Amino acid sequence: MAYTEEELKKELETKEYEYGFYTDIESDTFPKGLNADIVRKISEKKGEPTWMTEWRLSAYEAWLEMEEPEWANVSYTKPNLQEISYYSAPKTNPKYNNLDEVDPDLLDTFNRLGISLEEQKKLAGVAVDIVMDSVSVATTFKKTLAEKGIIFCSISEAIKEHPELVKKYLGTVVPPKDNYYAGLNSAVFTDGSFCYIPKGVRCPMELSTYFRINQAGTGQFERTLVIADQESYVSYLEGCTAPSRDENQLHAAVVELIALDDAEIKYSTVQNWYPGDKSGKGGVFNFVTKRGICHTRSKISWTQVETGSAVTWKYPSCILKGDYSIGEFYSIAVTNNRQQADTGTKMIHLGKNTKSTIISKGISAGESQNSYRGLVQVGARASQARNFSQCDSLLMGNSCGAHTFPYIEAKNNTAQIEHEATTSKIGEDQIFYCNQRGIDTEKAIALIVNGFSKEVLNKLPMEFAVEAQKLLEISLEGSVG
Amino acid sequence: MLTIENLHAEIEGKKILNGIDLDVKAGEIHAIMGPNGSGKSTLSSVIAGNEDYEMTKGSMLFGGQDLSELDAESRAHLGIFLSFQYPVEIPGVTVTNFIKTAINASRKAQGLEDMPASDLLKKIREKAQLLDIDSKFLSRSLNEGFSGGEKKRNEIFQMAMLEPKLAILDETDSGLDIDALKIVANGVNKLRNKDNAVVVITHYQRLLDYIVPDFVHVLFNGKIVKSGTKELAHELEAKGYDWIKELA
Repeated sequence: MAYTEEELKKELETKEYEYGFYTDIESDTFPKGLNADIVRKISEKKGEPTWMTEWRLSAYEAWLEMEEPEWANVSYTKPNLQEISYYSAPKTNPKYNNLDEVDPDLLDTFNRLGISLEEQKKLAGVAVDIVMDSVSVATTFKKTLAEKGIIFCSISEAIKEHPELVKKYLGTVVPPKDNYYAGLNSAVFTDGSFCYIPKGVRCPMELSTYFRINQAGTGQFERTLVIADQESYVSYLEGCTAPSRDENQLHAAVVELIALDDAEIKYSTVQNWYPGDKSGKGGVFNFVTKRGICHTRSKISWTQVETGSAVTWKYPSCILKGDYSIGEFYSIAVTNNRQQADTGTKMIHLGKNTKSTIISKGISAGESQNSYRGLVQVGARASQARNFSQCDSLLMGNSCGAHTFPYIEAKNNTAQIEHEATTSKIGEDQIFYCNQRGIDTEKAIALIVNGFSKEVLNKLPMEFAVEAQKLLEISLEGSVG
Repeated sequence: MLTIENLHAEIEGKKILNGIDLDVKAGEIHAIMGPNGSGKSTLSSVIAGNEDYEMTKGSMLFGGQDLSELDAESRAHLGIFLSFQYPVEIPGVTVTNFIKTAINASRKAQGLEDMPASDLLKKIREKAQLLDIDSKFLSRSLNEGFSGGEKKRNEIFQMAMLEPKLAILDETDSGLDIDALKIVANGVNKLRNKDNAVVVITHYQRLLDYIVPDFVHVLFNGKIVKSGTKELAHELEAKGYDWIKELA
């Protein structure tokens, strides 16, 4: 098939959400709505200490005073937060020692997602902490990690077992008052992951967490806290898929990274929440706050592949507090049909000789809108700060949009800031060239998109890169007639 | 192998080809010459299946199969190869990855498994050597930042890898210096055998000193106005195209 605009459009429209199924597991769900009592009940249900309950309540009080942000280049009907149930956990006992004890329905769900635990266990160097509807149901490789002194568990467990670490760091990078959704998350988060790498330890495996929204009408408020102590290293992977539901689902996660002196954190995400059907109905609202703080000579690297969600609002950022610290942001954001994404990063240079790199690749198809929004800020003290930003957009068809909003604020005149941006379109001549070499249009688009995204795909850990490539293909192609 | 009868084609309603007859048999080399705008590149695009062009009349048979019913990739799978006059750039896709994808796409169409990596590597080495191609070149993004000569050499490299039955070389000599021209011509000559055929489309006679044609056709206003042997090319070189226009 030779490529025409019309045919490409038709072809893109035929893509259905692969993981749109729903697992019927008995759940323990709170009544809908939010008030101080619900916040207390969440805390109580989770058996949290008083200090945590207080922390949540003060976040809730602060949140009541806040307003939902409207500056992003997206439009949607604001979710009614009183129509959401704030706690949902599988009723069956969530603590398992081995897979045999896990609800077979749940295992089946994971298998259909292609994340069979058995397989994951065998995969070299991947420990999985699975969060399904807020409560951790399986944790593997814990023992190996424990031998190195690494703590990798659910945030609920960390609150009980390692209160000193949680107390010290929770909310220090993303304070509850930071923004509307971070405030909400702080009040009602149900679970998430916690990771601590002790001083001088190099985490021997990629740590990964799979998130999944399952319960209809249940908002998900994940909370992740990663602490890399001095001279330590960790690579953390996060992947998301969600089943298709008709009503919009809100996902407002908070991720905080802390890289102490000479530490390095690599945080990679493949996000594939349900984007809604082709008319824009349904789909997940993904309003996430991700931020890391870099102390002296430390490094934080965010890599993300964003293909899902109806509306995405996400800016993984780095506060380069320590001298000689490094922040990196590598992103691929794909939007199709009616999807809207407003994503980018903030690099806040506070320390001397700090360095940041931003590589953003936006791919827009259908009638989607894809925006890059980035802030590079250089403080007065941050002499010799350097930044390089590159924002490339690839358009497919004539009905989509790509936007770039780069903000630069430099208060130190020794700063070096570079920004490059390109916009290109998949051309009929490129498709014909591939066709002439025997490559069909579907494969040709995959080839061109992968080539376009290569600089970012290369930053992902190997097994994730393969998954991400497949995801790009699925997101943009579907069946060619 | 390729039989074209009374081929008419147009683009956006504009008639470009006005009744082409061409018969190419296995083992033959045909040269198609003609002044600018005579329809040479259109002919190659129509044979390759570029849907920007509409075939309005006539027939094209390849190995007895009606080409007009096949899309471009199916024609490629049958063994039709076009060396583009202006090869496109595909950023981020290496020459190696591209050729691997192309070879495996054709194999898949024939019900074959992907070519084993070791065989592919061996073949790449062999063909790269044939065309005097540096291995560094193979890891570069397809045609991105390539010089005119490199682009053309890359086209012939792909041809060598894909081993087509019919290769159409569209102005392959343009942008080549004499050394590159010799390498490309030498490559084409080494690749030819009794089972394949080559159609060379060129404005100048120069390339035909190195790729010697069995037949020369002169295209003007979308029609072949004169056919002959390689002497015709020399005659055109000496006399220009003006006398041809009077034949039309």
